[in-house]
Amino acid sequence: MYEFEFTRPASVAEAVAALNAEEAQALGGGQTLIPTLKQRLAMPTTLVSLSGVAEMQGIGLQDDGQLVIGGATTHAEVASGAVGTYPALAALAGQIGDPAVRNRGTLGGSLANNDPAACYPAAALGSGATIVTNTREIPADEYFQGMFTTALEEGEIVVSVKFPVPEAANYQKFVQPASRFAMVGVFAARFADGVRVAVTGASEEGVFRWTDAEAALASSFTPDAISALSVDPDGMIGDIHGTKAYRAHLVNVMTRRAVAAAV
Amino acid sequence: MTKVTMTVNGKAASGEVEGRTLLVSFLRETLGMTGTHVGCDTSQCGACVVHVDGKAVKSCAMLALEAEGAEVATIEGQAAADGTLNTIQAAFQEHHGLQCGFCTPGMVMSAAALLKDNPKPSEAEIRHYLEGNLCRCTGYHNIVKAIMAASGQDVSAIAAE
Amino acid sequence: MPKDIDAKESGIGAASKRREDIRFLSGTGNYTDDINLNGQAYVHFLRSDVAHGRITSIETAEAAAMPGVLRIFTGADFEGVGSIPCGWQVTDRFGEVMQEPAHPVLAQGKVRHVGDPIAAVVAETAEAARDAAEAIELDIEELPAVVDMKAALAEGAPKVHDDLTSNLCYDWGFVEDNKAAVNAAFEAAAHVTSLELVNNRLVANPMEPRVAVGDFNRATGDSTLYTTSQNPHVIRLLMGAFVLGIPEHKLRVVAPDVGGGFGSKIFHYAEEAFCTFAAKALNRAVKWTSSRSEAFMSDAHGRDHVTKIELALDADNNFTALRTDTLANMGAYLSTFAPSVPTWLHGTLMAGNYKTPLIYVNVKAVFTNTVPVDAYRGAGRPEATFQLERVIDKAALELGVDPIALRRQNFITEFPYATPVAVEYDTGDYVATMDKLEEIADIAGFAARRAESERAGKLRGLGVNCYIEACGIAPSNLVGQLGARAGLYESATVRVNATGGIVVMTGSHSHGQGHETSFPQVIASMIGIDENMVEIEHGDTNNAPMGMGTYGSRSLAVGGSAMVRATEKIIAKAKKIAAHLMEAADADIELKDGQFSVAGTDKSVAWGDVTLAAYVPHNYPLEEIEPGLEETAFYDPSNFTYPSGAYACEVEVDPETGKVSIARFAAADDFGNIVNPMIVDGQVHGGIGQGIGQALLEGCVYDENGQLLSASFMDYAMPRADDVPFYEVDHSCQTPCTHNPLGVKGCGEAGAIGSPPAVVNAVVNALRSAGKDVTHIDMPLSPARVWAAMQG
Ligand SMILES: Cc1cc2nc3c(=O)[nH]c(=O)nc-3n(C[C@H](O)[C@H](O)[C@H](O)COP(=O)(O)OP(=O)(O)OC[C@H]3O[C@@H](n4cnc5c(N)ncnc54)[C@H](O)[C@@H]3O)c2cc1C
Ligand code: FES
Ligand code: FES
Repeated sequence: MYEFEFTRPASVAEAVAALNAEEAQALGGGQTLIPTLKQRLAMPTTLVSLSGVAEMQGIGLQDDGQLVIGGATTHAEVASGAVGTYPALAALAGQIGDPAVRNRGTLGGSLANNDPAACYPAAALGSGATIVTNTREIPADEYFQGMFTTALEEGEIVVSVKFPVPEAANYQKFVQPASRFAMVGVFAARFADGVRVAVTGASEEGVFRWTDAEAALASSFTPDAISALSVDPDGMIGDIHGTKAYRAHLVNVMTRRAVAAAV
Repeated sequence: MTKVTMTVNGKAASGEVEGRTLLVSFLRETLGMTGTHVGCDTSQCGACVVHVDGKAVKSCAMLALEAEGAEVATIEGQAAADGTLNTIQAAFQEHHGLQCGFCTPGMVMSAAALLKDNPKPSEAEIRHYLEGNLCRCTGYHNIVKAIMAASGQDVSAIAAE
Repeated sequence: MPKDIDAKESGIGAASKRREDIRFLSGTGNYTDDINLNGQAYVHFLRSDVAHGRITSIETAEAAAMPGVLRIFTGADFEGVGSIPCGWQVTDRFGEVMQEPAHPVLAQGKVRHVGDPIAAVVAETAEAARDAAEAIELDIEELPAVVDMKAALAEGAPKVHDDLTSNLCYDWGFVEDNKAAVNAAFEAAAHVTSLELVNNRLVANPMEPRVAVGDFNRATGDSTLYTTSQNPHVIRLLMGAFVLGIPEHKLRVVAPDVGGGFGSKIFHYAEEAFCTFAAKALNRAVKWTSSRSEAFMSDAHGRDHVTKIELALDADNNFTALRTDTLANMGAYLSTFAPSVPTWLHGTLMAGNYKTPLIYVNVKAVFTNTVPVDAYRGAGRPEATFQLERVIDKAALELGVDPIALRRQNFITEFPYATPVAVEYDTGDYVATMDKLEEIADIAGFAARRAESERAGKLRGLGVNCYIEACGIAPSNLVGQLGARAGLYESATVRVNATGGIVVMTGSHSHGQGHETSFPQVIASMIGIDENMVEIEHGDTNNAPMGMGTYGSRSLAVGGSAMVRATEKIIAKAKKIAAHLMEAADADIELKDGQFSVAGTDKSVAWGDVTLAAYVPHNYPLEEIEPGLEETAFYDPSNFTYPSGAYACEVEVDPETGKVSIARFAAADDFGNIVNPMIVDGQVHGGIGQGIGQALLEGCVYDENGQLLSASFMDYAMPRADDVPFYEVDHSCQTPCTHNPLGVKGCGEAGAIGSPPAVVNAVVNALRSAGKDVTHIDMPLSPARVWAAMQG
């Protein structure tokens, strides 16, 4: 690692101020950033830890029924804390990495990083969540902009995320055998006014909505409704773990399984 | 350099660290507590697992300064003061849950965290919980068995010795 | 569960708990990275990021001036220093010796694989060394890389080593004289089954990465190297005599607690030589700790064979001949044992458990722009077993016969048995191990389990195979003829102290195998004293007289035998002392339960009385024997040992995704006599875990430019706890080895050798149950590959 200063502000305002410094970077749980720094792939001069910001912690239900989760809330906290309110989201959080990773890694960090194989982006996009930052609210449909790319500006912090809670939802993760990130992960959610299907791990463009499936499932929320549908292998990731065609195939299988499990 | 202070295995510990000093480096290098190991640089092997405020974390993926004021527990603090192994350690010995011993500190600390949450885990739950702890020696058989035994379950029916 | 050993409480046969566990469980082990010497400096290696290139310039002045930097070394500093030696010289089928390139400590002019060390920065801290390494200005003219072995052998292929005639290290034929007869047998065969397959390249990945700490004492001129090694004496010899020119008495090599090896820590590596060299040059201790990322590109890899195997059968399904053609990857340089792995550790095992009368093995070893390839758990024997057991399964398919019956029909049943590939099996009982396997694996219940899996929408498959291995390597005179440049004996010094406690200094090294527990069991049984009176010291060249180290399942068979021989000398001398104390004839003294008695009388003296007399020789036959009680023995075996067994695997395949899960795994092994059944089980478990890893998960992959794609645990899939089941293991079939004093055969590699074919056989079986015309899938059987195979 290159040397950096470390600060641990107590409020969002202080964190934003600290992030204004040249080459300052936010530190969430560090489960992505610290390994990255070890490889010397990033060179911040200051790391601004968000772990001490109380207002970014915790899980609560809003009056409008949306679940609000602080950006510095760990995966483990969501896995246990959202079981009653949004079980599919809790289950997804419980499948991220391993227990030790879940005890440190945060929702905000995961969404800010937007790894194409990460789990949370599927939940956020599949739920039609709103990403709340220190300056604005960004709908998930505008937030994710391709692999490792989001709508966040320099120094902008994911303070919390608002998740509309669907009538039924489920996340199916088919793991890449080595990293155990998602080779293909599908989050399917049925709302009163429609269905959302978000796919992670598969596409070269990062997380995406499978709109054909959404349309078919809106009329019949059953696995059979999408048996004949497929995504174009062309835009899928092909690597040593699986070809484009395989990932395209898995998108269909995992979507059917998610629908079956969500009913 | 910044001063960091925490409690390690119930004793106050402090030292001067850089911003980039990892918790595992603080333990191994500053405090000379080499029981916690480093087996990878991508935070996947779990040889470095310790508890911070009662939770299992990978000490290779946490800055020492993030542990300011925290209660840290490591493998060195697991046995009684007279050296008597705790239940999990004793079960690892009894059931040959270790060979080279390199993954062992992390395994024991992960097992301790598991049993705190889930005092009678099933075989599948144990295997799943150990996702972040690699062992190259044991094929996991005796590790899983040792953890079942440590939780008071009867392991006599499990294959072989 | 069948308990194969009567519940002995101590000594040979007892499941004694491991004493070393106490330190490992309490965080007080002493691994090499735990060693920090006063004033130690740190080295960071600048490694090549291209697979093949010419260094056109290397500018270090600016980097050398950075804070904390002590000195930067490049290839120029190692001109005149020896090359990293290869310990084995293979003679090819035309009688020529192999091509053997130089292997410099730091690159000289050319880089030949990603990870090849170019420069080394020694600095006050590891981070300062790394900072400076990044500041070195390096120009490399990239050259076309050879990665694929077939392409490497093609006419006009770029050469890894300009001074060699080609990328062919050797073209080995075995047994060359059999070739014509083998070909004739194929002509006459009623049926020929052939199979092309890949034995996937693996990375050993012991959980402890390699570490080296060099130290130098200017006052005495002595060098010390602390290193993560399976065989410190061998490192002392190779590094001292061949690389740095330090005589053994001025060089101490210490391998303290070592966190697993699996072969990858046998070899002498450049980093060890560097730290020893730099410590002297700088008069400071110099430490290197490998990161896992560095390990992927600097630890020797394993396997990487591409093979065509053909089996000839007569009309009654008897095996009549076997012919194989293998390309074996050597990587960019010859690692310590590399040439022996595809030849003498592979060709000699091609008979397997079967009485195939005619065998011909051809191996072409090839240089490529990849990390050197050498022994990994099993070394050559897994490659032999995999191809043989796969081709037999395929033959059974083609002939429509039961694969177990086909094997049984062709088993060797009479021992000793001289194979057509130069080795003689002393003992074995393949029928017994197969019988035992059928019992513990409940083969009879498979059909019902398959039906149940089908109801759950899963395809279930059963795979069975046998294996034979040659362990306890090895007779020195034999390996010498085969090209080994060293002997493969072992030594032990047994030191009895005045009050009767014993310290054994052994040349075997324990890095997980539990010698500290099992070796004392042997001595305790021989003398009849408590195990806890015996301590084992290993890993320090200043202790044991000499040692060839631990690999090839040789510790107990060879190292343990040396210890037995030394203990026999101890007992003989102790009896003389006892005879003197009791005023009896030497020949009348008996030793039992730690008591020396005079036959036919009630006179006796205790072990402790005799040992005390040896060191306090007041009443002692000084004119006949020296005081003291310490003996050394060297043991050189007269043959390999031949553990064997039969393995069964049941898998469930998800037909939609291709994901394979191991539902059951059973292993029936014959290891001869067993000293500690608990440790033996553990060795088998670990081997099976690695074998399942090879079969389903692990694959080291380079792209066509020689870039390592599986360069971390993010892309190299290690087996995890939920990838494997509990294993059913049994070693109650015991045909003791006839030529070592313990009758032991070795158990360290069996699991890794025996398990991959069982897994692949099972998956093929599962897919065929769904009507898929699949006869083979190359490892690792990842979901993607299995799914692709199902698509036809
Ligand atoms: C072994 C292992 C396995 C894993 N497996 C999975 C998996 O299966 N699925 C999965 O989805 N992930 C997985 N992860 C990644 C893990 O979920 C990370 O925790 C997560 O991706 C990043 O969150 P973090 O809080 O650790 O962020 P950090 O690593 O601290 O930061 C990541 C990035 O986000 C920025 N950042 C952090 N917090 C904020 C914020 N609140 N606002 C704005 N920017 C911020 C940082 O500056 C940095 O650029 C795994 C990680 C490891 C080590
Ligand atoms: S050292 Fe491997 S996870 Fe921490
Ligand atoms: S005991 Fe060696 S890695 Fe687990």
